[in-house]
This record gives sequence, structure tokens and C-alpha cells, in this order.
Amino acid sequence: MTNAETQEAKRADAGGSPFSGVNVEEKLFQNRYRVDVGRPHIRIRESAVCEDCDFKSCTICCPAGCWRLESGKIELVTDGCLECGTCRIVCDQKNVDWNYPRGGFGILFKFG
Amino acid sequence: MTEELKAAGSVSAKLPAERFDVIVVGAGPAGNAAAYTLAKSGLSVLQLERGEYPGSKNVQGAILYSNALEKIIPDFRDSAPLERHIVEQRFWLLDERSSLTSANYRSEEFNKPPYNRYTIIRARFDKWFSQKVQEAGALLICETTVTGLLRDNAGRVIGVSTERENGDIYADVVILADGVNSLVPSRAGLRPEIRTCDMALAVKEVLFLPKETIEQRFNISGSEGSVTEIAGGITHGMLGTAFIYTNKDSLAIGIGCILEGMKKQRVTPSELLEGLKNHPMVKPLIAGSEMKEYSAHMIPEGGYKTLPELYGDGWVIVGDSAGFVNAVHREGSNLAMTTGRIAAETIAALKAAGKPMSAANLAAYKESLDASFVMADMKKYQDMPDLLTNHPQYLGSYPSFISGALHDFLTVDGKSKAEKQHQIFQGLRQQRSLWGMLGDAYKFWRTFK
Ligand SMILES: Cc1cc2nc3c(=O)[nH]c(=O)nc-3n(C[C@H](O)[C@H](O)[C@H](O)COP(=O)(O)OP(=O)(O)OC[C@H]3O[C@@H](n4cnc5c(N)ncnc54)[C@H](O)[C@@H]3O)c2cc1C
Ligand code: SF4
Ligand code: SF4
Repeated sequence: MTNAETQEAKRADAGGSPFSGVNVEEKLFQNRYRVDVGRPHIRIRESAVCEDCDFKSCTICCPAGCWRLESGKIELVTDGCLECGTCRIVCDQKNVDWNYPRGGFGILFKFG
Repeated sequence: MTEELKAAGSVSAKLPAERFDVIVVGAGPAGNAAAYTLAKSGLSVLQLERGEYPGSKNVQGAILYSNALEKIIPDFRDSAPLERHIVEQRFWLLDERSSLTSANYRSEEFNKPPYNRYTIIRARFDKWFSQKVQEAGALLICETTVTGLLRDNAGRVIGVSTERENGDIYADVVILADGVNSLVPSRAGLRPEIRTCDMALAVKEVLFLPKETIEQRFNISGSEGSVTEIAGGITHGMLGTAFIYTNKDSLAIGIGCILEGMKKQRVTPSELLEGLKNHPMVKPLIAGSEMKEYSAHMIPEGGYKTLPELYGDGWVIVGDSAGFVNAVHREGSNLAMTTGRIAAETIAALKAAGKPMSAANLAAYKESLDASFVMADMKKYQDMPDLLTNHPQYLGSYPSFISGALHDFLTVDGKSKAEKQHQIFQGLRQQRSLWGMLGDAYKFWRTFK
């Protein structure tokens, strides 16, 4: 098992949360976005660094489920990003190249 | 400033070529307080905001503390979009699954105008505040992200760069009011990165319900509102709190935890929120509601010890961008407005005296803050973040212990009351030694003193 898988197994063993299946996409569906197509504002610097990363904290802490572990690889899709900045801060390897979307693009909070 | 530019407003306006007295980065409460105060003093002000409109990127609970805004716009109550004035404060301890321990404070004093606290909806409030800023004479340009600071050979800040074509703009001084995810000052080396142990992430939903249903469920009427602050097992032992606030026809429900804990505990923010919403004490309050927005935002909770340098040659930093948050009292927007106002007053006074915006002169900003409630409060709670990080039992095992103890105490099972008290005390002793408990009580008391 890779370290990340061990972490995941631990999480499952601990019983995780009874809500570990919560569907974030459904929540994001209520939000308004102006997506800057083809210009993601967050990028992974080196995918090799992610592969070696033990904790993959981005996959846990991102409130919008933008960071996913798919068959051992980190997948990042920023369309639903809430622009909180968390992934930038929790990555110990500083492997997240984080910029604000171009002015006017991205999340548009109706209430905030 | 030309009328043409002002009329051009936000979206497609070309960036102005002239030099300004002040550039304000950001149109949240800190930036708006600063821009308003400066424009009222007659300075030329350019305010840059990355969102389509002010508020489109911003998240708050949200409680507005009247006092800070009164000092800027005394008659704000006549036009600001206010939801409800707060008459009741509830403190809840919720364990992970089922129980509730609560203390309520309600007072008719809170029902006497002028009211002291209101719930607000930030997207609406920020738009209103921004309207006032523009009426006062500041030029606002939205949909423009500031990408860096311009400096002269001596290293003095002399303006900002933006992502726009010919995007450099010059000013005598730049006010950094860009909020918690503060890239501009971090990248310019003006402030260190915030550590995950000093940063909370909060997630929030806005749930719509008929006005009458809210009033009935929360025992309020007319424009009365209530605030519920929640601690305990619902955070899975992580350092954090949750809240339920009443708006006119919606509820704001949210939960926030320190990121360091979230990393270690491996509970996702949306799971935390779902746990809260499904707690048997919360579920009936939100039953039948329609969720219309899901948001997330960080809160800088490191306190006084993590404040960076607050000024330098040609720049000052205000609000969340500097970390002005009182996590214990859940205050942030009021500190943002107050630091924004005080920075602006300092700059206006220097301008009036014909003095340059040097670090030596801008030091007056820090001096004014030191003499205000802002620094007094920041200092008062300076040990709290360390204390809670090193002793998670305050928000972890003690709250669940209290609810457990009450459960035992109130269960009629044929045991004598003395026996019950003994049992409860033993239960607590098992979790923590007597000396540990006394030490905890003392340390906790000290940080509030
Ligand atoms: C869930 C939650 C609940 C809260 N509850 C309360 C509460 O009840 N009461 C309270 O007083 N406080 C509360 N706070 C704290 C409060 O929201 C903040 O302290 C306050 O918003 C800080 O104001 P600010 O102006 O410093 O920053 P912000 O409000 O974040 O404003 C910063 C602005 O700068 C803009 N910006 C950022 N970068 C750039 C750039 N590079 N170029 C151009 N524009 C940029 C942003 O779009 C934004 O408009 C809460 C916070 C959260 C997250
Ligand atoms: S982005 Fe950072 S935290 Fe996430 S997997 Fe890659 S290296 Fe690890
Ligand atoms: S900024 Fe926040 S919402 Fe966006 S990808 Fe990073 S953690 Fe997720």
C-alpha cells in the first residue's frame, strides 16, 4: 500500500464520518460561476511531487472537492473552486501554483 | 478625477493614466472603510476589486457590529441592507451525535434602538457600502486583479501592477485590504505566509425558509434575530466552532476548524457541515429549507502574535490581510473597518500636513491602533491560540464531558445525587488528572482576564 492509501484506510477504519459520502457537486450546483474556460487559476507544479506526497491534504481540506485521488494520481479540476485558498496553504510541499482567476471570473457569491 | 472616468464605473473602464493619492486593494469592509474615509477627506482614491461587484468573492456569518460602522457612516441604519437585530445569543455544546447543552442570553435591552448587532448578507452589504464609497468620490474599478506592487530604486512602494493591458498605476501610498488569502503582500515579501495552525477554514450554507417559520422556530418576531454559537463534539475534536444565524427569510449555518487539525484528522469540511446539519438538535430547525448557496472562506485566527509589520515606505496593511480577527468573540469585519478607517485617517492627516508617506510617518497608523480597542483586544487574547493548540481539551473533551455529566445527573436511575456527583467527578478525573484540570482552569481564566 502507498502511504496515501494507508491514510485512506486509516480514515475508513476510524469509521470516518457518517457523512463521508456527501455529494459536494450537488451543493456546488446551487452556486453561480463564470468559468474562465481553458485557463485554470490553480496548477500543480510537479505531478511527481504529488505522487510522493504522504498525506495529500489537498484532497481532504478542499471544501469543493476539486482535488481527487483517482487510481493513485491527483486530479485537479478547478471549475467548482470557491477561491478559499486552502489548497495553497495546506500543501507542505508548496506544490500548488495558486493565482486568483482573471478579474470577474470564478465564483460569484449571491449571498456570501 | 474626470467625470468620464467615474461614469465609466467598473467593467470595461480603461485604467486611468493619472497618479492617485491612494490606491486601495480590495473592496471588503477594510478597503471600503479606508476608501470612504479618504474620499470624504478630499483625497483622490482608486479602489481595485477583483470581483464582478464588491461582495461577489466575500463570505461572512454574518454579524455586523454597529459600533465600527457608526464611526464611519453614523446614519448607516437609514440605508444599509440589514437583516435582523440580535436579541438573543445562544451558546450550545453539541456532542457528536445526539445531545445539547445550552446557555441562552436574551435581553429586552437588545430590543431598544439604536441596535447594537445585526445579521447581514455580505454580497448585499458590500454592494451598499461600495455605493457609499463611490458617492463619497472614490473611483472603483472592479474585475481587476492586482498582481504585484511597484517599487522605486529605494524599494519604496509607488503603485500596483494589474493583469490589465498597461496595467501599472501609481499612487503616493497603497492600502493593502485584500483579505485573508493575501497574495499581494505575501509575494511582495511584506508578510510571512500564515501557518495551517493559525488558519481556520469555514464552510457555510444559506438555507431559505418562510419568515414565519424562522420566527416560530427561533422564538423571535418582527425584525428580531438570534445568534447560536456552537462548540463540542461536532468538530470531531478539532479546534473549531459552528454557528446558526437568522436572516429575514434565510438561515446561515456554518462550521469552521483550524486547518492543521483538519489535515491530521482527515475529516473533510463538507462532512463536518453535513454532521452539523444532521445533528438531531439542528435538523428540526432547518427542516424543509431550500439550500441556495454553499461557500467557503478562511479566517486568520493566529491573533496578536502573528500580526505582520503593519506599514512601510508607501504602504499599510489592514483587515484580514494583516490578520485582525478576534476569534474568541468572532469579530473580524469590525476590526477590518476600524483598521481601514484608522489607516485612512493617518494618511489624510499626513497629506494635510504635506508630509511624505514614508515608513517613519506611517508609523502613526500603528500608534493609533495601539491606542485603540483593536490592539487592546488583540493583546488580551494573545495567548489563546497557543493555549487552544496545545490543549485541545478545552473545545474537545471538556464540552463532551459536560454534556455527558448532565446526562448522568438528569437520568433518574435510582442512584443518590451524591453518588452521581462522585461518578461524574471520577469520569472527568479519568480524562484528565486533577492537577491538569486545575491548571487548565487557571490557564483558561488567565487568557480572558
Ligand atoms: C464563515 C465566516 C463567518 C464570519 N463571521 C463573522 C461575523 O459574524 N462577524 C464579523 O465581524 N466577522 C466575521 N467573519 C470575519 C470577516 O468576514 C472578516 O474579518 C472580514 O470580511 C475581513 O474584511 P476585509 O475587508 O479585511 O477582507 P475581505 O472581506 O476578504 O475583502 C477583501 C477584498 O479584496 C479583494 N481582493 C483580494 N485580492 C485582490 C487582488 N489581488 N486584487 C483585487 N482585489 C482583491 C477580494 O475580492 C475582497 O473583495 C467571518 C468570516 C467567515 C469566513
Ligand atoms: S498538491 Fe500538495 S498536498 Fe496535494 S498531493 Fe500534491 S503535494 Fe500533496
Ligand atoms: S482554493 Fe479552496 S475551493 Fe479552490 S481548489 Fe483550493 S481548496 Fe478547493
